[in-house]
Amino acid sequence: MTSNQSPEAPVGAAVLSAGEQTPPSASRGAIGSWLATANVGVLREVALLPVLVLLIIVGTVVSPAFLTVSNFAGIGQQSSALGVVVVGESLILLIGGMDLSLESTFGLAPMVAAWLIVPVSAYGAGTDLSPYLGILVLIAVGAAVGLVNGLLIVKGRLNGFIVTLGMTIVLAGLQNGIVKAQTLFNLPQPFAYLGSASFGQLPVSLVVTAIIFILVGLFLRYHRTGRAIYAVGGNPAAARAAGIKVERIKIGVYIAGSILAAIGGLMEAGRVSAVTGQQGYQEGIIFSVFAAAVIGGVSLKGGRGNMIGAASGVILLGIVQDILDLANVSNYWIEAINGAVILFALVLARIVGGESTAEER
Amino acid sequence: MTSSGLALVEVTGVEKRFGTTRALRGVDVSLNAGQCLGLVGRNGAGKSTLVSILSGLSEPDAGSVRFGGAPAPRIGDIDRWREWIATVFQHSMIVPDLSVAENVFLGSTPRLVSWRELRARTRDIMREWGFDIAAQTPCRELSVEQLQIVEIARALARGAKCVLLDEPTAALERQAGLRLFERVRQLTAAGVAVLYISHHLEEVFEICQDVAVLRDGELVLTAPTASLSKDDLVAAMVGGVRHVQSAEPAEPAESGGSGESAGSGGSGQSGRSGESGPRGQSRSEELAAGGAEVLAVDDLAAQSAGGRVSGVSLRVHAGEVVGVTGLLSAGVATLGRAIAGAEPYAAGEVRMNGRRVPSGRRDLAQRAGIGYIPEDRRAEGFVAGLAVAENATMTIARQLSGPFGLLRPGRRAAAAAPLTSRLYLVSSGPGQPAGELSGGNQQKVTVARTLAHRPSLIVAITPTRGVDVASKELLLSSLADVAASGACVLLCTDELPDLAICDRVIVLVRGEVFTEFGPPPFDRDELIVATEGLSGTTYSAAHATAQEAAE
Repeated sequence: MTSNQSPEAPVGAAVLSAGEQTPPSASRGAIGSWLATANVGVLREVALLPVLVLLIIVGTVVSPAFLTVSNFAGIGQQSSALGVVVVGESLILLIGGMDLSLESTFGLAPMVAAWLIVPVSAYGAGTDLSPYLGILVLIAVGAAVGLVNGLLIVKGRLNGFIVTLGMTIVLAGLQNGIVKAQTLFNLPQPFAYLGSASFGQLPVSLVVTAIIFILVGLFLRYHRTGRAIYAVGGNPAAARAAGIKVERIKIGVYIAGSILAAIGGLMEAGRVSAVTGQQGYQEGIIFSVFAAAVIGGVSLKGGRGNMIGAASGVILLGIVQDILDLANVSNYWIEAINGAVILFALVLARIVGGESTAEER
Repeated sequence: MTSSGLALVEVTGVEKRFGTTRALRGVDVSLNAGQCLGLVGRNGAGKSTLVSILSGLSEPDAGSVRFGGAPAPRIGDIDRWREWIATVFQHSMIVPDLSVAENVFLGSTPRLVSWRELRARTRDIMREWGFDIAAQTPCRELSVEQLQIVEIARALARGAKCVLLDEPTAALERQAGLRLFERVRQLTAAGVAVLYISHHLEEVFEICQDVAVLRDGELVLTAPTASLSKDDLVAAMVGGVRHVQSAEPAEPAESGGSGESAGSGGSGQSGRSGESGPRGQSRSEELAAGGAEVLAVDDLAAQSAGGRVSGVSLRVHAGEVVGVTGLLSAGVATLGRAIAGAEPYAAGEVRMNGRRVPSGRRDLAQRAGIGYIPEDRRAEGFVAGLAVAENATMTIARQLSGPFGLLRPGRRAAAAAPLTSRLYLVSSGPGQPAGELSGGNQQKVTVARTLAHRPSLIVAITPTRGVDVASKELLLSSLADVAASGACVLLCTDELPDLAICDRVIVLVRGEVFTEFGPPPFDRDELIVATEGLSGTTYSAAHATAQEAAE
């Protein structure tokens, strides 16, 4: 946008020479309409700001413990794992796909890694793998799941919804199967570090998640492949006609999304110092993942959305969760209220952000 | 026409207007039992409008449709309409997942379905008409020809007294077409009236007793086919020279010097060709000096929604603009798409500068130097949500990106600026989403995207469709400029005036190379005759003498 000046001259010349053409924008004047579009863009990116402010006011009223550094550090730590998965899902949504199995990858990848690391006495496999190698295994599991999903959806031309739904169940079954539904405790420090350590009050996971959001955001904005992701999601046929390798990019994004889900799973395992059979699928995190992305303005139809929006979606959900905790809402009701609040937030985001999540316009 | 009794279908003084276009102007057509009437006309002559009115899908603005002397049922009363006239459309109206029996009775199945009865009635119809398709076969397993039979059976099941066949042979092999003629004769022998719409005049002569010709929404001729020659028919379709010229959009003032082309290209060729004629000739002289062969296509066979091509071979040399034209179903777009790598080809070979371009790999075709301006710009031409500059430079993202693949928006805008200014692309700035632009400017985005990667060959498919006159000239001249600068262009289009920029024109008929014209100027009538699959010499010779006599 900074170099808006250079093409100004041809625009002016065109208006003079091609008199019969009257596109709607020409009448408004080039600069004026640029301002208009730019403003819309800025508005869209900060659309959730008033909602966040409102939530913070509500939180402050509900509990004096809300507006404290330690509480926000807690929100950050709790939301980090979800946030990394949201980055992965957003990438997949941007290419016009969807991946329900990220929640199972979120559970299975750390389970496989921990299983190979911990001793047999703690229900491990007996390989006593180094925790560092364990992290590599975790990433490899994520990559493998993403590759299989990508190949089935892109090369096999199967429907992404049903493929990843099936994959969800398979992976969750593996997660329980390999350890006979046991929970793995006593994770070694290098493995648990990401989710448990902190610099003073600042959780490491929050820092890492913030870095991931920023890097992916910059990648999407300034990298050739990042731009190709928008082109593929916005109009795959046009991207293909422009010589973009559509299939390769799609498969790559499925792999990247699953690796991010695995890293999110590593954070979660470190935070709770264990890998449980419930982590991921049985917790049902995928609804929160989709909700955060969509509240943040990532289009389910592909090609629209950015990391600023996705991050604000995650923060919003984290604060809502925290307020519900602080308000001592009865455990029996917390799920219903949580779901209702997310639905309400979706409606609100639709009104503020203007993005329709309907099937057809 | 036979005058015995009341006409089965009678259309009197029908008018239809779309905005300022008068699609039909007082058309009278009548059809008797057992008659096969051919309806011909060029694209845009009003055939489709008449079909839609006769099928009960749209209402005429004026005039009447009468069935057996009584007024036709009201629009929307499809059931009663179908008792009189049933249409077999160009595009299949078959539900592929249902069985033959269900499709035959689609829309007229009783509330409670008795499968046995449905199948029995289907079998009866098939047996009565000598068709050989089992009632319980799922329609997705049928061939195109068999699907058409199911549609005809559907018309007969309703007891329709008139069957309207819209371009029935467009998707059929030659042999299947011949079998269809047999069925049409069988229908007419049994007293069913057939309205046969076709682009292929030889078919009309083969099976129609009478023929009606539409031109610019008017019925210009109705006569028994036996009393006409093909040349008469073509003359009626194309119309007088003056008439064609007045139908053309007014030409800009520079055509004032077109006097030199009045002798040869004057018949239907408007000032546009006169203006480019001398340039084309000088260019073909250059070519004679020897442009290197850039594109070589051998025995190409491919199939897509845009038609089928088989055994097509062609060469394009540096500095050349080669046109490919034909009827809608002739495979013009398919040929272009297959060469550009947007569509896989089944057989044959495409070579760029001697190197083979693999089938269906757009990315590799682009790397080999093939630029591609797609037919449907909304579907393939640009990404609506992305900015003008980004769309225009999408093909050169790799060249523009710096270390680690990073792309600076400023660099992108700078790279797009010369392209957009060259094409006089009107936008509020490089950051405006392409989806907000007008149609002509969107097409310029697509052209800019193609020019950006400096292709040595541009495959352009109907690049001027839906584009206003000024942009049209600009797009065509930018393609001609590309050729003048040493690259070459393959222009696949059915818009004949656009072919004026070509050095040669290849005419496809039914997916095969029928003939080739060149060098320019091209005779519009000869082109039309050739696209119909007729050798045009007799007609145009006769036409030229008649014209001379008139002058």
